Amino acid sequence: MRFDAILRVATKIFLPLVLLFGLYVQFHGDYGPGGGFQAGVIVAAGFILYGLIYGLSALTRIVPPWLVETMVPLGVAIYAGTGVAGWLTGGNFLDYSRLREDVHLAQETGVFLVELGVLITVSSTMLAIFYAFAGRDRS
Amino acid sequence: MLALVDQLPPLLVIVPLFGAILAALARKGPIAWGIAQIVAVAVLLIAAALLVQVYYVDTISYRIGGWAPEIGIEYRVDRINAPILLLVAAIAAAIVPFAFRSVAAELPEERQAWFYAMFLLCLTGLLGIAITGDAFNAFVFLEISSLSTYTLIALGRNRRALVAAYQYLIVGTIGATFYVIGVGLLYIMTGTLNLGLIAERIAEIESARPVLAALAFIIVGISLKLALFPLHLWLPNAYAYAPSFATIFLAATATKVAVYLLARYIFGVFGIGFISSALPVNQVLLLLSTVAIVVAALVAVYEDNVKRMLAYSSVGQIGYIILGLAMATASGVTGGYLHILAHGITKGALFAAVGAAVFRNGGSARLGDFAGIGRRMPLTMTAFVIAGLSLVGIPGTVGFLSKWYLVLGAIELGWWWLAAIIVLSSLLAILYLGRVVEVAFFREPVAATARAAEAPPSMLLTLGLLTAATVVFGLRTDLLAGSARAAAAALLGTAP
Repeated sequence: MRFDAILRVATKIFLPLVLLFGLYVQFHGDYGPGGGFQAGVIVAAGFILYGLIYGLSALTRIVPPWLVETMVPLGVAIYAGTGVAGWLTGGNFLDYSRLREDVHLAQETGVFLVELGVLITVSSTMLAIFYAFAGRDRS
Repeated sequence: MLALVDQLPPLLVIVPLFGAILAALARKGPIAWGIAQIVAVAVLLIAAALLVQVYYVDTISYRIGGWAPEIGIEYRVDRINAPILLLVAAIAAAIVPFAFRSVAAELPEERQAWFYAMFLLCLTGLLGIAITGDAFNAFVFLEISSLSTYTLIALGRNRRALVAAYQYLIVGTIGATFYVIGVGLLYIMTGTLNLGLIAERIAEIESARPVLAALAFIIVGISLKLALFPLHLWLPNAYAYAPSFATIFLAATATKVAVYLLARYIFGVFGIGFISSALPVNQVLLLLSTVAIVVAALVAVYEDNVKRMLAYSSVGQIGYIILGLAMATASGVTGGYLHILAHGITKGALFAAVGAAVFRNGGSARLGDFAGIGRRMPLTMTAFVIAGLSLVGIPGTVGFLSKWYLVLGAIELGWWWLAAIIVLSSLLAILYLGRVVEVAFFREPVAATARAAEAPPSMLLTLGLLTAATVVFGLRTDLLAGSARAAAAALLGTAP
């Protein structure tokens, strides 16, 4: 796609919007439809779009495979770690209510962290699947 | 800080989950193996502590996130699931040594760490299904264990492993979908996802139709996961082409946990009284399990791939378990429950022996490539014979115990024909296991087995532990039978 100027320019325009929309869906998950799963897929779609137009090697320069493979378990670790934080603050597993002074703020913080973990794992898993398919001929 | 002992229920699930994360981050097979072994032993200790607590103190109820069971997730350990948790944890701890050489030989280096991560995720899922008291949470864990199982199977050396994994993926997804539809119907009718609360409220529902639909969906969905005849078609290929270690683990634990979930729904949620008055579930299960016992054993007799032979045998053994549950009497349910534990240990030992033999004969599970292997690997094949005796149900082994209760249950109901079928089908097990023993001990070694040496010590350790368990629990009958009787009493609602 090296010489297709329209696709390349359109991708550059779209990319920040896709990522911004991904973040919107992520943070709006508290109030309406959305959350880490949907946002993770949207964010990953932005990167995959970049990879489709600019080539796999351009994408792996930004997000190398080792980073993707580290992010998959890292997101799970953030989720589970939030649960462990419940223990450290004297509650049950996944009890967020003592993470901060105010109970409601604490609950929101807990959910925010959990959704962050989901975002990281889902987006990196999508990318890992893309790499597995796109890199099939090379290996 | 809270008392550690209060936090054991979530720890049972969290420890293998963190283990999976660490194994994935470790990247190196041997390091991931070490993590898996440490995790498995830790999980075994936690499960044992939970069992002691349940037996000597009381049922444990744990609120995830501090939410009440009505709206939150409750982890519940009682006399029904505590032995199941211990079985899964003990099997995992006993078989991880086997993996060290087996996985290194069967998987490419870059995939070994991920394989252990998937194994630990599967362990997380299975323990989660057994410990949770929440219908939807059980679905989540069912998916965690299933998705990791598909991966474990697909990593098999033979390319047919991919087809087997895909087949199981389709069937497993249908099963999980049916289950969640059933759970959704129950939630609409009762307004809660807590199994205990659903059981309380189900009695007050006037319009029974959605509940009946839920019952049908849940029973069919779980039956797909536990490979009840005729929904078993995914199982033989999955067991035959998965890596040896995955086969041992899945055969010994995965279907057993699904059976537990089915028993929990039949007796603990819907209630056997409601079920038998509403639908002929018992009769259907009785018929299917009886057919499973006979047909699966006959197929196994004519099977030439040893792993597939044992897989068909598993289908038949699951038949015995369901048979016991369908009798719905104290002896029958005790026998069925006991067979969950007995068969888990026995089939684990059998697959471990076959896995060790396959490790040494060049990776072939064909019966012909086992010729004379008993002379080259006497310890391995002796263990196979002992575990085989337990599968047949010879007195002095754990397999005898469960069959005893099953026959007792059939006789108490006056079903002499059923008692006869149980005994005669056990004789079929002699036939197909006898074929392996005959080939392994009384034939001249062929090219594949001529240079085979005894299995490495790590594999013999696993094999020794599992085989010793079949004998020890067969001689000290009170250990398993006592817990099975307590579980059956709790399931049937006759607990003191």
